[in-house]
Amino acid sequence: MSETTIPSRTTRLAWVKEMPLSVKLAAGFMAMMLFVMVFARVIQPYAFDYINLMSRMTPPLPLPGSSWAHPAGTDTLGRDLFSRLLVGAQTSMLLALLGTCLGAVLGIALGFLAAHKGRLWDEVIMGLVDFQAAMPWFIVALAVLAFLGNSMVIFIAIMALYGWETYARITRGLVISAREQGYALAVRGLGARPRWIYLRHILPNIAGPLLVQLTVNFPATILFETSLSFLGLGIRPPMTSLGQMLGEGRDYLINAWWLAVVPGLTIFFITLSMSILGDWLRARLDPSLEE
Amino acid sequence: MRWVALKTLRAVLTMWLVVTFVFFVLRLSGDPTYILLPDDIDEATRDFYRRLWGLDQPIFVQYWNYLGALLQGDFGISFRNNQDALQLVWERVPKTALLMGASLVVSLLIGLPLGILAALYRDTWIDRLTMSISVFGFSLPNFFLGILLILIFSLNLRVLPSSGSDTWAHLIMPTLALGTYYAAQFARYTRSSMIDVLSKPYMRTARSKGAGRLRRVNLHALPNAAIPVVTILGFRIGDMLGGAVVIETVFAWPGIGRLLTGAVAARDLAVVQCIMILLALTMVLANMITDLVYGWLDPRVRVGGKAGAR
Repeated sequence: MSETTIPSRTTRLAWVKEMPLSVKLAAGFMAMMLFVMVFARVIQPYAFDYINLMSRMTPPLPLPGSSWAHPAGTDTLGRDLFSRLLVGAQTSMLLALLGTCLGAVLGIALGFLAAHKGRLWDEVIMGLVDFQAAMPWFIVALAVLAFLGNSMVIFIAIMALYGWETYARITRGLVISAREQGYALAVRGLGARPRWIYLRHILPNIAGPLLVQLTVNFPATILFETSLSFLGLGIRPPMTSLGQMLGEGRDYLINAWWLAVVPGLTIFFITLSMSILGDWLRARLDPSLEE
Repeated sequence: MRWVALKTLRAVLTMWLVVTFVFFVLRLSGDPTYILLPDDIDEATRDFYRRLWGLDQPIFVQYWNYLGALLQGDFGISFRNNQDALQLVWERVPKTALLMGASLVVSLLIGLPLGILAALYRDTWIDRLTMSISVFGFSLPNFFLGILLILIFSLNLRVLPSSGSDTWAHLIMPTLALGTYYAAQFARYTRSSMIDVLSKPYMRTARSKGAGRLRRVNLHALPNAAIPVVTILGFRIGDMLGGAVVIETVFAWPGIGRLLTGAVAARDLAVVQCIMILLALTMVLANMITDLVYGWLDPRVRVGGKAGAR
């Protein structure tokens, strides 16, 4: 990039205007999901686990028999699907965000460590990376959750360990090549300590590809959580997540298809939005990485 | 040769780590007799089973015995029906292999041509359309796609069976549900790989020699563009195994995935351990073969040590 001018406020706004429509929609949807993630319990019209056997399996709005009282319909126990959708999305988003961020921090830290210490540390960390890459992690998660019990801590730990190795690999490679570039050498020549060089100078310079990896990892983590919850592990009743709702709805496809389709579509829109945003970020931040 | 030996050593080391992990982590939950036997059983019976399964010995002795048994191909006995765990798993392999093989073939048949087309018509509407389809394809969760397919083709149109594996018709929906994601991925990788190759100097040479467009694409570009796609294929086996577990559950396809979800629900330790180790072995072998094939196709890799930091 040969751009040298510092972007002013107006050019920054222009950059938003230049976004293709699909990216704007994706960003809007993700913003909405983030809002839901924070405020789901505040905006839910009913308590998500409030059972009302008088209004079971009402269909969602445009269908005959639906009502404004339950815009997304109700499930087999008469629970309001819209409220469940909000809380389910909250759970899925929170878990995916937490899992992605923890994994990124772990991977990036280990990547720096491998690049910095070299030799034995490098060998051990890269060995762990190989090990992680060789584990069918989804299957490990299944087994561990079944045998060790379904505690939230274990679930989050498993999600954090999912995908850290990619960050470690990318970071290690980038740090090794960045270290020998002019700016890092200059700062080192000025007598800066390694930690300062890494955090203050190298990390911002390699943040682009890492951010792109984050956008790849996030949908994968959402799918990881929803798949596990779909199979009945991971998030279980009375809690709910999008995958758990879909798994529950699967048993009522004949009578109430929307019980599966509505949460399924929500998962799809989240992963789709993140992929669109990720592609756009990739093209902006890192033209060399275009895949 | 040294390079091959190093790769093999690494693979063996990785497998040892996997076995150790599988042994210890699944034991962290405590005494397996409490998991496997009913709660109201008396202590004498419990002791009997502890001795029978060798659980009365120190954990490291058990670990050592387990390693020794594994090396002889003994994966233990299924606690559920007293059958040899390995044999139990082995019986299911063909079904899963069929499902994964079919998905792979379908995804390549769809993904490669789309990717090539997009690369050849780069930045035109063809490119944009195929890449949009591809984004949709790999954003669609496979289990949701499976359910949509069941809804449409089994419940509404009533043309395809929704569960089982008796006929070829049973294979269609699981294959589509599992393969769509990979078709979309292959389309992307093929596109970027082709774009990369098309800008190489040897493509200009081929053109200046008067080679026609079809000849240039088929003989000069494709073989070179295939290298990174092959690599991706090898590294994706693991994801695909995870996907197969879910899809087999959705469509009641009697493969390893179904066996695993059943064994996990029944806490059948030996079978779960056996499946995890065999799947990890599959992945390690796939990765190693990919590395070797890659190194053989592209000699530059051998010098650089680790194959690609992707």
